[in-house]
Amino acid sequence: MKFIKFLVVGILFGIVMTKSEALSWYRIQEMFRFQAFHMYGIIGTAVTLGVIGVFLIKKFKIRDISGSQIAFHPKDKSIFRYLIGGTIFGFGWALSGACPGPMVVNLGYGFLSFAIVILFAMVGTFFYGIIKDYLPH
Amino acid sequence: MIEFIKQPWTWWFSGIVISSVMFLLLFFGKSFGFSSNLRTMCTIAGAGKMVKFFDFDWKTQSWNLVFLVGAILGGFIAKEFLSNGEAVQISAATISDLKELGFKAPDGIQPTELFSWEAIFTLKGFFVLAIGGFLVGFGSRYAGGCTSGHAISGISDLQIPSIIAVVGFFIGGLVMTYFIFPLIF
Repeated sequence: MKFIKFLVVGILFGIVMTKSEALSWYRIQEMFRFQAFHMYGIIGTAVTLGVIGVFLIKKFKIRDISGSQIAFHPKDKSIFRYLIGGTIFGFGWALSGACPGPMVVNLGYGFLSFAIVILFAMVGTFFYGIIKDYLPH
Repeated sequence: MIEFIKQPWTWWFSGIVISSVMFLLLFFGKSFGFSSNLRTMCTIAGAGKMVKFFDFDWKTQSWNLVFLVGAILGGFIAKEFLSNGEAVQISAATISDLKELGFKAPDGIQPTELFSWEAIFTLKGFFVLAIGGFLVGFGSRYAGGCTSGHAISGISDLQIPSIIAVVGFFIGGLVMTYFIFPLIF
């Protein structure tokens, strides 16, 4: 089954979100209040290794499992959509204490109330789809 | 070994594992971006018939939905087999700040004030979760990504748009925390 590997990596992601406590509303509050290094350490480590790894992938033209060269797709140039969209995302991140990944990990952890958060995240995504042509990007 | 795993993981070990998740997905020919699943789930629910944005072949995103199912399983496995049930060890300053807003010190991983059954069956409790979810869903699609797509994948590729998005994440998070929380809690 070609999908098994994604299930395994997903499980690893769910475990690290739980064990790092990044799925906790308390940790997100602590981060936005700058009262601990924890979340910054996690993201900082991941990004530092990420920058080094992506640089090496490009430099040595490393190939993926199917033999194609690993490609990176530059995002569209703009300021407005990233700043405004990001700010709206930030409101929701602080309020619910979860970004999309940790939402579903919380569900698996047993917090069934996150079904509401996930359902309304879908509603928010749907609403964006409806009005996107009227929004500045 | 199992004792090491059962404790909360330290930041640097967690960071290494998260970047490994990103690199594994790259090695499998995909990219790490979780919020795309919200769009895919809208499409599966039939949104493509009404709105063009959702009219795409969702099967191209099957791998990401499998990843999502894995994430749910991972949360379950971590709780059932890899935890010692300790409360989150947040700083004393945060405990004290949250106390002023009416939250007691953590006795688990999430505040019962927000996520217990008693809380979600109140009008305010329901709206906090519903609006929070809505803003995350709307904002992540408007910004073209969430923490995984922008803060981890995008910044690892030194993408300026991702840096701007993360600045936005913090503007929103800080305004919510410092200005809106005192009004609602």
